[in-house]
Amino acid sequence: MIRATDIHKRFGTVDVLNGVSLDVAKGEAVAIIGPSGSGKSTLLRCLIHLETIHRGHIEIEGEPLVSTDDGGHCRYVADADMRRICARMGMVFQHFNLFPHLTVLQNIMEAPITVKGLRPEAIRPKAKALLQKVGLLAKQDSYPSSLSGGQKQRVAIARALAMEPDILLFDEPTSALDPELTGEVLATMRDLAQEHMTMIVVTHEMAFAREVAQRVVFMDAGVVVEARPARELFAAPEHPRTRAFLERML
Amino acid sequence: MDYLANILPPLLEGSAVTLQVFVITLALAVPLGLALALLRLSRFGFLSALVNGYIWLMRGTPLMLQMLFIYFALPFIPVIGVRLPDFPSAIVAFVLNYAAYFAEIFRAGIQSIGKGQYEGAQVLGMNYAQTMRRIVLPQVIKRILPPMSNETITLVKDTSLIYVLAMNDLLRAARGIVQRDFTTLPFTVAAAFYLLMTLVLTWGFQRLEQKYAVYDD
Repeated sequence: MIRATDIHKRFGTVDVLNGVSLDVAKGEAVAIIGPSGSGKSTLLRCLIHLETIHRGHIEIEGEPLVSTDDGGHCRYVADADMRRICARMGMVFQHFNLFPHLTVLQNIMEAPITVKGLRPEAIRPKAKALLQKVGLLAKQDSYPSSLSGGQKQRVAIARALAMEPDILLFDEPTSALDPELTGEVLATMRDLAQEHMTMIVVTHEMAFAREVAQRVVFMDAGVVVEARPARELFAAPEHPRTRAFLERML
Repeated sequence: MDYLANILPPLLEGSAVTLQVFVITLALAVPLGLALALLRLSRFGFLSALVNGYIWLMRGTPLMLQMLFIYFALPFIPVIGVRLPDFPSAIVAFVLNYAAYFAEIFRAGIQSIGKGQYEGAQVLGMNYAQTMRRIVLPQVIKRILPPMSNETITLVKDTSLIYVLAMNDLLRAARGIVQRDFTTLPFTVAAAFYLLMTLVLTWGFQRLEQKYAVYDD
């Protein structure tokens, strides 16, 4: 469903990704873990083209987003194709990025109306159903600033789902939340995983990675150190760096 | 009282000229300022530098000089030289000048919107125009209301500069009567008119701020 091969990315002179490859199958929930600065968020952002890569290939559902020829020339597809391909993915950010000038319901309806050209009446029932699903229908007319962090993140998930993506990317979705609020967001994500949503989750929540993800990818210093089924990786990490990281985290 | 009724018609006529300059300038300079701000922030380096130079020129020279230049000097410039009557000359000068100030206000407002808003819009599939129109600019309006209110009130009073083109705005009409009748009452009346206009503007901007207060950033 997603195939990223040999991704290289640098910021200025700093190499952030040094040849990362990642395959995600349909319906799979993959957790990416690793220390800060290991490049896991950057990898996620490259997949949905919030960052441009310097070398490598990315394919989304069989369609190339970017490829690199033998001469090392990295080429993205045309803008319109890029938008179409990236539209198959939704993204949930650490800092939510809700639109503060719109109510909760308007936040969810905005993109279906503006991007897909749907009429408000056509999308409203679905937007409300999504709010119901994340347990926030009562907040439909509130503005984001009046919500708690956990509520904001659940709205952000509903907003991403309103565009009916095939794949959802989560960039540290609970890192900006108070510990007692992470549970409600993780529960929502667990529901999605049980519905076999294809998910890639960059997270520091080891319990979530262990219980919800089918596969866990451990990254360090811009490379994938280890990528294995969650139970195996947590039970018996192969690489010393993975072991050291898990010991610190658990 | 009779005297007041006597001097009111010319002062009202002057106010009409003042209001025309004000309304037309505002209606043209705000969209032009927005366009300039977007160019200034665009990735086209040449256009951005050009707008930067334009803003420097317009903010760096007196509005009165710009007005005199357009009225008296423009006709003699090759190719673009055109002779404009007094009212259009004044409008062109005011619009060009105020657009530069508005552009800087818009630029500051647009740059105050965080990167996350653009990314949030991008991952939902919005293109640049949609992101600007639906997400960024509506939030910019709330943030720039205070400086826009300032600039708009300044414009009301700057309109009095058109006297240099011998146009009978409110202040020039008042001065004419003062010199004719040896009384300063027309100045007081003119001051009251200006205060009334700024009162309406202040009230209008307060209403707008209240409207946008329904949400916090």
